[in-house]
Amino acid sequence: MKLASAFPRPNLPGMSQAPQTASKDAAERADAFRRIFAARIVVLDGAMGSMIQTYSLTEVDFRGTRFADHPHDLKGNNDLLCLTRPDVIERIHADYFAAGADIVETNTFSSTSIAMADYRCEPLVREINLAAVACARRAASAAEKAAPGRLCFVAGAIGPLNRTLSLSPDVNRPDFRAVTWDQVVSAYTEQIEALLDGGVDALLVETIFDTLNAKAALFAVEEVFARRGESARVPVMVSVTITDASGRTLSGQTIAAFYTSIAHARPFSVGINCALGGEAMRPYVEELSGIAQCYVSCYPNAGLPNAFGGYDETPADMARVLGDFAARGWLNLVGGCCGSTPPHIAAIAQAVRNRAPRQVPQALRALRLSGLEPLALA
Amino acid sequence: MTSATRPSGSTFLVIGERTNITGSPKFAKAIKAGDWEGSVAIARQQVESGANIIDINVDEALIDGEATMTRFLNLIASEPEIARVPVMIDSSKWSVLEKGLQCLQGKGIVNSVSLKDGEEEFLRRAGLIRRYGAAAVVMAFDEQGQAATRDEKVRICTRAYRLLTERLGFPAEDIIFDPNILTVATGIEEHNNYAVDFFEATRIIKDTLPGARVSGGVSNVSFSFRGNNPVREAMHTAFLYHGIRAGLDMAIVNAGMLGVYEEIPADLLERVEDVLLNRRPDATERLVSFAEQLKAAGGEGNAARAAIPAAEAWRQAPVEERLKHALVKGIDAFVDADTEEARAKYPRPLDIIEGPLMDGMRVVGDLFGAGKMFLPQVVKSARVMKKAVAYLTPFMEEEKRRLAATGAATRANGRVLLATVKGDVHDIGKNIVGVVLACNNYDVTDLGVMVPAEKILAAARERQADVIGLSGLITPSLDEMVHVAREMTRQGFSVPLLIGGATTSAAHTAVKIAPDYAPGVVHVLDASRVVNVVSALLSPEQKPAYLADVRTRQDRHREEFAARGARRNLLPLAEARARRQTFDWAAADIPAPEFTGPRAFDPVPLEEIEPYIDWGPFFSAWELHGRFPDLLRDEVIGAEATRLYDDARRMLARIIKERRFTAKAVLGFWPANSVGDSIEVYADPGRGRILASFACLRQQHEKPAGQFNHCLADFVAPRDSGRLDYLGGFAVTAGHGVETLAAEFKAAHDDYSAIMAQALGDRLAEALAELMHKRARDLCGYGRSEALPMADIIREKYRGIRPAPGYPACPDHTDKPVLFDLLGATAATGITLTESCAMHPASSVSGFYLNHGEAKYFAVGKIGRDQIDDHATRRGRGVAETERWLGPYLDYVPEN
Repeated sequence: MKLASAFPRPNLPGMSQAPQTASKDAAERADAFRRIFAARIVVLDGAMGSMIQTYSLTEVDFRGTRFADHPHDLKGNNDLLCLTRPDVIERIHADYFAAGADIVETNTFSSTSIAMADYRCEPLVREINLAAVACARRAASAAEKAAPGRLCFVAGAIGPLNRTLSLSPDVNRPDFRAVTWDQVVSAYTEQIEALLDGGVDALLVETIFDTLNAKAALFAVEEVFARRGESARVPVMVSVTITDASGRTLSGQTIAAFYTSIAHARPFSVGINCALGGEAMRPYVEELSGIAQCYVSCYPNAGLPNAFGGYDETPADMARVLGDFAARGWLNLVGGCCGSTPPHIAAIAQAVRNRAPRQVPQALRALRLSGLEPLALA
Repeated sequence: MTSATRPSGSTFLVIGERTNITGSPKFAKAIKAGDWEGSVAIARQQVESGANIIDINVDEALIDGEATMTRFLNLIASEPEIARVPVMIDSSKWSVLEKGLQCLQGKGIVNSVSLKDGEEEFLRRAGLIRRYGAAAVVMAFDEQGQAATRDEKVRICTRAYRLLTERLGFPAEDIIFDPNILTVATGIEEHNNYAVDFFEATRIIKDTLPGARVSGGVSNVSFSFRGNNPVREAMHTAFLYHGIRAGLDMAIVNAGMLGVYEEIPADLLERVEDVLLNRRPDATERLVSFAEQLKAAGGEGNAARAAIPAAEAWRQAPVEERLKHALVKGIDAFVDADTEEARAKYPRPLDIIEGPLMDGMRVVGDLFGAGKMFLPQVVKSARVMKKAVAYLTPFMEEEKRRLAATGAATRANGRVLLATVKGDVHDIGKNIVGVVLACNNYDVTDLGVMVPAEKILAAARERQADVIGLSGLITPSLDEMVHVAREMTRQGFSVPLLIGGATTSAAHTAVKIAPDYAPGVVHVLDASRVVNVVSALLSPEQKPAYLADVRTRQDRHREEFAARGARRNLLPLAEARARRQTFDWAAADIPAPEFTGPRAFDPVPLEEIEPYIDWGPFFSAWELHGRFPDLLRDEVIGAEATRLYDDARRMLARIIKERRFTAKAVLGFWPANSVGDSIEVYADPGRGRILASFACLRQQHEKPAGQFNHCLADFVAPRDSGRLDYLGGFAVTAGHGVETLAAEFKAAHDDYSAIMAQALGDRLAEALAELMHKRARDLCGYGRSEALPMADIIREKYRGIRPAPGYPACPDHTDKPVLFDLLGATAATGITLTESCAMHPASSVSGFYLNHGEAKYFAVGKIGRDQIDDHATRRGRGVAETERWLGPYLDYVPEN
């Protein structure tokens, strides 16, 4: 303590002053972020994975020079490209901004120590998240510069993990879990800290197929905010995946049960993404729109995967369905998931341009509980 | 809980108490004994008997509460019938409550927190509950102890409410007060007003603390009457009646021990209400003596009126139904007993697996496919299946030993190797497949997820796998599966390859994977089908027919894909030609026929043709679909198919005996070479004069790398190769006499026999084509060493093909007149061509013979304008006429 007061602190760039400017800038950005949601339907970007596929990258690209000797195959570790091919990632973000997206998601879907373990890349988690935010931020700044007055935002993508707290990977041991609550919370905490340090405008917990994993992520978010103080808080967006015709998550919950299970986190928005095309999501988007006490988002796949792993819905197809959702007043945030491309986003942005954003309904005060199904006592 | 106890317009939640160790000796015993199945069954029974929420409490001195709570909650999480309702985690230990919260994906309730340990600890816990996302039961308990009187209850609850809502921002609607239901009729005077205190406190809390709810543990109230269920039941029912009127929102009760208020006998109700409402000083004494009377009178009958709960009714069904029910519902509690019972009924343990158990799994598969079951339920069903099989395994082992001892053949278990391909981490479906196969006595090796091709194939060799199964959920896995298939070909594998997983499909397997691995690639739709597939593949008798059937279906997928894909990705003709299949013609084995020119066979005895009949299409013609001869034994259509088959055999015997049909054939060979995409037929081996030129069509749709754009001309040696090749041709008919016979039947108003006669004519014509093809192969030499059984001949397993003009490989019908001229077909067989090139009589077939060892059937699919132009030039006719003949194959809209 003595030493600290005895010597003046070196005035390094980015140390003593930057945090203050950054936080002032951050506060302004946070305000602006809320304002656009109040004003109109906001546009999110489209698929990252299928865009990466179009670059036909090879194992060599994924490795770069730095990981040339990495002991495990790296092809398929899309998030790692933030370090080894940042040009590609930035380019994809730039294409989405150019298509009219207001928000892009960082390329960090699997950037947790648990998901990265598949590639033995656990030590890189913080670095990948920071690099991912930087890629997105560069693209955002360039897009803002290109169109003065335009605001481009970056949401930190938090994926569902490949290990789940609600499902046993071993049918013979239904009580077995491949991971513990504490492990999940600590893995998410590492990612969230890095995304916030990188400077994201919002966090997006997405493609939730096991609500308990999502609850652990939201628990971690709250812990981080509690540690950093209220000024560090950014909007937390949540998006669930309805797996199939049963209308449920993979872990078995209905959409209403899901919303009830995460409502305690007071999300900025809640929505549905992945697995289905827009039309197949219709009843669930409608239901969610009727109950959610926050903004509602929808970013479907470009249809169901066809037999060859591709997606068939054209930009016009997606725009028609999502434009209809918007016309019905169900949406505040709209974008695309697997198979969508910048032309899809451009068409969607066009389709919702003159539609009013959904108004958050007043819910009756009720005790709301859930198992796989909701239970409300009004 | 029946509606009679609920005032109209309100709702009331029943919280099942039987999974509470302190309230249920049965549950306590099961948990202490580590009887997880029994414990789970109690939870299920609670939900089935109507609990809206289940209370779970495992507080017991000798039990590790944290571990037990975690394990039990994880267990019921995989029981969708239970997990559909919210959970109330109940413990006096905070650490147990917290572990419980870490297991709930839904929003549950914590039971309970209180001010017992002071404000700070109370608020800390409440803050965590909020972060975990649960509601909280707050006991009317503070640093001084438990509140017994109305005012104490209200005071403590109000204080807690203020702290929670004002200090923490805890949502009022997530607060559930438990103002303590205490035991009445204890003989101690201070206790007499306990129920009244509870009712009145409830009313005040609901009026003054907005949003908050009130709950309570009802069984406590009647504790004095332990062992006297009729009285307890009446007390609970009456207590709830008055509690709900006061504002009670929910209560922990034994859902199976509740009656209907209106049905409580008046004398009992009066005494019970005297006690609960503290209406007279001697209320307790009166109820106690009445209770003893009731007990002496054997009043248990009152409680027994519940009879067998509906939930257990399925136990009365026959054993097959019970097994099915258990599989569909995922109930494993009775599966051992039921399986044992089935063992007495079925001669062999395997019969039980292949009979009732697989029947149940098929229902599960169908429900899952229809979106009526979801994954956790399916996983549970698989578990029940596995248990049943585990039970049967020792008996099967013993049977095997017994058979071995008597020298009889033992059933060889197949070895199946499963893996999720490299780059994919999804394995739930594959695990189910593994379980189902293991259940069916296959030796399953599961290599796990993200397995590279080298490792899969190395393991397959090392373990001598009979079948390899690949799984994948994400789209890039599809390419990886193609890679594995190619590696299997390169490394000379011959075992069948199974493809499964969410993104896979029969179409993708047919188009992209199967062409890369000749020994057989089968797409398996879901786990319920895998056993049938594997057993067919591992049975030497069934395998050829099964694979043939699979290949037929895959051909169809490829044709459909060709038709569909072509529309989008048509290659320029030049590029399609560059992608032709090429052969080393210098080294090619080109058989020479014994003669050139046509040779007629008139007549061909029908007896000779009969063995070549392929009966499958006969049944299709009658819209009876299935594989011959299996469909004769099909559960649904078997009887009908058998009757039809008997009639057909009878009529066929008559046709042959009475020589009602006349079969004629002509075949011929000519020196030939390909020139570009055309096949030139020469008058002599010196190729001095061109007799005819067939302008063949080439596939133009874009195909994956390594696959060819086929054209029949590719299978004939090119003129510039220096080798002389031969083209064969044939025209056969069995149709003379068919129309006459059909007309006779029609005249006798027997349409059935008329259609039968025509169908048999078609079958005989096809069979004759097969028979003549055999002769043609013999005439070319290589057929003589064929040594194929008839079934394989019918499945066209021989070398060479006989594509027919107007069919997918050579869709131009106008090749027929040229072929007929070469053969002198009309003179030799009496077949004539209509102006649209249809053959008359109808029961006729004509086509080419191509002898090349790699010649195969394919579908030309859509063709582009460039090929039409080219074809018109080669064929020497106008574009418009070419377009007219090839109309259905055009990829564009013609101008005329």
